[in-house]
Amino acid sequence: MIQTTETDTLLRAVLSDVLGLGPARAAALTADSGLFGALPELDSMAVAGLLTEIEDRFDVVIDDDEVDGDMLGTYGDLLAFIARKLGQA
Amino acid sequence: MPTTWPCPGPADELAVVLDRARRVRLLIVPALFEEMNRTRRMLVETQRRLDALGVDSMLPDLPGCNESPQAFAAQSLGSWRDAMAAAARHFAATHVLAVRGGALVFPTALPGWVLEPQRGTSILRQLLRARILAAKEAGRVENTADLLEQGRHQGLGLAGYQLSAALVAGLDAALPQDEGQRVIRQSELGAGALWLRSEPGEDPAQSAALARIIAAEASA
Repeated sequence: MIQTTETDTLLRAVLSDVLGLGPARAAALTADSGLFGALPELDSMAVAGLLTEIEDRFDVVIDDDEVDGDMLGTYGDLLAFIARKLGQA
Repeated sequence: MPTTWPCPGPADELAVVLDRARRVRLLIVPALFEEMNRTRRMLVETQRRLDALGVDSMLPDLPGCNESPQAFAAQSLGSWRDAMAAAARHFAATHVLAVRGGALVFPTALPGWVLEPQRGTSILRQLLRARILAAKEAGRVENTADLLEQGRHQGLGLAGYQLSAALVAGLDAALPQDEGQRVIRQSELGAGALWLRSEPGEDPAQSAALARIIAAEASA
């Protein structure tokens, strides 16, 4: 993993809040855990809320053009996307 | 308990009311759009806790929302402000709690609290983003600027809601209206915010914390 631990911890917290995962399920997410398309509760409204919350907590701006299935496919994809946004990768 | 109240418009609206004619009477102005549904159980539980702490409370429907007989497409920030002002008068509210987007439409003359107030542009941006994502999945390309332009003139369907042109324009410009009301932050309630949840949830501990803050500060 090239991402910093802090980014990983923050992202798990965002997903836990948006999806109501609880600490155990949030901690159990791996790079291969499926998100968009794999979790029925993650519909377009929930994704919009998730992205807005990520923008607020990481202080980044996500352009609508950047949002697609590749960036949201797995936990690892999303973490890598944010790390790139933060200039960590 | 569900009670009707005379709202401006064609019909009376409903409110959840716990009223024993006590000194502190709290009007609760709900969050807007999906966040209203996600926080409803939390707010009703907060009302029960407030009742136990000696505080009366009323949670009215915004016209066009929840059980309202009015059309959502006919609403604007202005109609919601008029409605909440009428509810405050009808119930003789002494205090107000505005939740999230409710901070855009609550009666500002009352003392009280705003819970994590939200700017109108943030609400609109999230709704537009949901529509753009849904369109992308369906193979259509839409963009924020064009949708906003269309919405300001003709109104716009966003995330299952038909927004009037007035509501789009109002949200695009509106800031939280709090003037001296105390801002309550989620960190004071603990755990994750329930309005973020993609599926509505509940957390009695958060409701209890919110009720304790209000009951303590109202009698301070």
